[in-house]
Amino acid sequence: MDEELLLEPVPEGLSQDQRAELGLGALVCGVVLILLAMLAFIFREAWSSFAHNGISWFGPGGNVDSQIQAIFTSGDFKRAPQFLIHAWPLVWSTILTTGAAVVISFVSSLFVAVFMVEFAPAPIKRMLEPVIRLLASVPSVIYGLVGVLVVVPFIGNHLISTSDKASVTPVIQLSGSSLLAAVAILTIMISPIMIAIFAEGLRSVPRGWLEGSLALGVNRWRTFWNIAVRTARPALVAGTVLATARALGEAVMLSMVSGSVGFAPNPADGLIFVFEPSRGLAATILHNTDELTSPPMKATLFAIAAVLLFSSAMLSLAGWAAKQPMKRYFNVGGAAA
Amino acid sequence: MELRKPPPVRRLTPASVVTPRPEGADAPTLPYGQTSNGNGSTNGAGAAPAQTSGFVSARRDVRPPVATIERMQVEDVSIAYGTKPAVKSVSLPIRQGEVLALIGPSGCGKTTLLRSLNRLTELTKTASLSGRITLDGVDIATLEPTALRRRVTMVFQQPNPFPMSVFDNIAYVLREQARRRPRRPALRAPVQDALARAGLLDEVADNLDHPALRLSGGQQQRLCIARALAAQPEVLLLDEPCSALDPQSTKVIEDLIVKLREEVAVVIVTHNLQQAHRIADNVAFMYLGELVEYGSATSLFANPRQQRTKDYVSGAFG
Amino acid sequence: MSAGTITAQPEPRPSPPASGPRRSAVESTASWRLTDRLGLAIAWVLGLLFCAVCAAIVIFLFIQGIRYIRPELLVTNPHVGFDQNETGGFLAPMIGTFLVAAIAIAIAGPVGVGVAVWLSEYGRPVGLARLVESTVEMLAGAPSVVLALFGILLFETHPLGFLSEINGGVVFGKSFFAAGAMLSLVALPLVVSTVREGLQAIPNHVREASYAVGKTKIATIRRVLLPAARPSVITGHMLGIGHVIGDTAIIVLLLGDTQTLQGVGHVPVWGTLRGTGSTLTSYIFDNAPTGDLNQPNKAYAAAFVLLAIILVLNLIVDVFGRRSKELLWS
Repeated sequence: MDEELLLEPVPEGLSQDQRAELGLGALVCGVVLILLAMLAFIFREAWSSFAHNGISWFGPGGNVDSQIQAIFTSGDFKRAPQFLIHAWPLVWSTILTTGAAVVISFVSSLFVAVFMVEFAPAPIKRMLEPVIRLLASVPSVIYGLVGVLVVVPFIGNHLISTSDKASVTPVIQLSGSSLLAAVAILTIMISPIMIAIFAEGLRSVPRGWLEGSLALGVNRWRTFWNIAVRTARPALVAGTVLATARALGEAVMLSMVSGSVGFAPNPADGLIFVFEPSRGLAATILHNTDELTSPPMKATLFAIAAVLLFSSAMLSLAGWAAKQPMKRYFNVGGAAA
Repeated sequence: MELRKPPPVRRLTPASVVTPRPEGADAPTLPYGQTSNGNGSTNGAGAAPAQTSGFVSARRDVRPPVATIERMQVEDVSIAYGTKPAVKSVSLPIRQGEVLALIGPSGCGKTTLLRSLNRLTELTKTASLSGRITLDGVDIATLEPTALRRRVTMVFQQPNPFPMSVFDNIAYVLREQARRRPRRPALRAPVQDALARAGLLDEVADNLDHPALRLSGGQQQRLCIARALAAQPEVLLLDEPCSALDPQSTKVIEDLIVKLREEVAVVIVTHNLQQAHRIADNVAFMYLGELVEYGSATSLFANPRQQRTKDYVSGAFG
Repeated sequence: MSAGTITAQPEPRPSPPASGPRRSAVESTASWRLTDRLGLAIAWVLGLLFCAVCAAIVIFLFIQGIRYIRPELLVTNPHVGFDQNETGGFLAPMIGTFLVAAIAIAIAGPVGVGVAVWLSEYGRPVGLARLVESTVEMLAGAPSVVLALFGILLFETHPLGFLSEINGGVVFGKSFFAAGAMLSLVALPLVVSTVREGLQAIPNHVREASYAVGKTKIATIRRVLLPAARPSVITGHMLGIGHVIGDTAIIVLLLGDTQTLQGVGHVPVWGTLRGTGSTLTSYIFDNAPTGDLNQPNKAYAAAFVLLAIILVLNLIVDVFGRRSKELLWS
């Protein structure tokens, strides 16, 4: 009992509390070290690929699939290892799918969140919230399954005409696996995350501010938009960052629906370009995972991983930076100047 | 680009006077049956109130008589939340030129009544209202709520400035009222005018972009009053505006309220009997939803007619 | 407007006038500007559209799952066959899902709670606290393929060879241990943020009351704060498990993708964990048209089971989430 402890002489060395603090501190340092180890190992493995290619690693040039094949076959130690790669098609595919999905999802999620929090009738509100939570936890492989069994055939059979296919046959084959399928499913996949975070932010706006605006004669829509959405801007940033991170790193679903060709969809082809297949950075890792035994291939794949890691770190940083100017007007209290 | 033209301010001129009410003298029977200053009471004008009710307080100043204009009428209004009645059959006048204080213990319906004046009770789904409230002769139920709330604005108990700069807080109303979004230079004058009327201009004039949430409590509340005044209202409703403030800020705001009554009709709900005595011209005492007594401040506090009023004012319950 | 009804008299009051209770009117949109009305219309359209899409997905998966699920699928192992009737069920993948989740949460649970406690209750030096927060955030944002690659690097090294199979001096590196360990990194940020929120929601006077009777900080944490934050701890664990069982990339790279559980060595449980296997997610991945096996019906059935498990987890989170909201700290 604690009372008995008070009667005993104070033990030497560290007290119970100090030991606990040190123990937890060590645990926490361990976690940090694991992350640092991950960064170090990945960048170390990736170095050879970057070193051999320089900045043209990101550039266009040649068929990236055949370059990857050449890298793999050169790994059998009989010949000099090949590192040449121009990964622009992969990068472009990632940019396209992630960018389009995030933009479409942001706009629609914002409106859906506003609808859900303020304007929806009560029965719809009650139904939407658990559904959104459920959708946010559906695994990406199941989205991929629905995509490849429903969306891809639909696009292939009903949206792409034979003349479309003929017009690009020399360059690429059009089946249903396409940019359109990828963006559509990715949008649906990341929307629940955004909606949930936006709604939470909107709900946490103090009601006094909304009531104050209504009491000044501003209508409900403008009150909600000007006060609640404006106040919830940090939540908007947080939700967008989280959803973009998820979209960037999505490998499984995209590998199932966006096609397995390292091809850069070309907007110059006109509207058909949404039907063109492609493969993003993360999906490429998944695609070539059996070939990790070849050292140059390993380096290349780790280079892709490094690019992904770097992007997600920059994303977090951008999110943090975006929130800074907002803090000025939100901090309550403090004496007057 | 033009701001909404404010309604013509009906300044008090002798021709617009409806009911001159000299203080201290026996008044004729007034429409609402207000208690006059006691039957046969021999108090001279300006003397200290009689101690019959045991209520002791000092009037802040001996105020000159002010002529009044009728603004709103509350006619037999009853409000219920679902099946629970909150306000029962209340009728009151609300006049520019005087401060009307609604007093009573917690739960007596005074805040509900106040909120019905600008139809904020409609935000609660279960609320239902019967009776009539008119603004300048027009039933407020027939007005658009947004239009009504620009003519009858409200200041809340907790200061609730928006998370923007001081300038943007005041400009918010002006921007919403204008047909096309006015530019900042056009807004500067009305913003400064509103701040001046609220007595805040001196303290914030050097930096109007200061974040509003960083002001002190009293300054925030005055900012809210300035914001309410920026809409050029005809009636200003105040829901216990000083209950969250220190005495110094309270004094500043009370002085402000007394000064404002010449320009707008002021209705203030307050828990603080001394405050009501200090600043109110007319007082309505409510208990359990009913209007128990309505009269001038001096007579109600000094010589209440109803026993319940006497008990409340003397502190027997509350 | 009769004078008699104003001041309260002891006589019975007249009943309210004939106009009954006015219906509480919400402001009509007639007075709004066009942009406002347009905005509201868009909000309604998108809101209902979203409902429709959600409903479509959920109902579709439900129908397809019901069509193809049969009880024997849950209890037979997959085996090689020529058509979908001969290839057995997915018992082994189900066990695999369970094993992998168990390992992952066994690591991420205690570590996550520890990190959350440190961040919430200690947090000194401040620089380290910020570093830890950034670390957790980076882990949350790291794609699982990247974590999988890191896992390959780690577990193919010799010191960690005991966690998987060693074949002629080469460490295989793919096992339940490997997958579980990397999945714990997926679950960790969720546990940390949920438990941290739960701890921060406990008002300070609870801590002060405990210190005031002489309890040490660590005793306070163990005996007072963590029990009070139990709903968040459970929620955090459930969320972590939910994410873990839905992950495919790490499984595909680190679990060896054998249809049945192939243990290593002869020690009972340890051998299985050192060995390879599959999970429901990799089973679905392989059985989709884009996978090696291409048996869509089995994939639908497995998806149904997986979704059912996730639904149950979500329900548990809901129940505990509601219970934590009911805790009133007055």
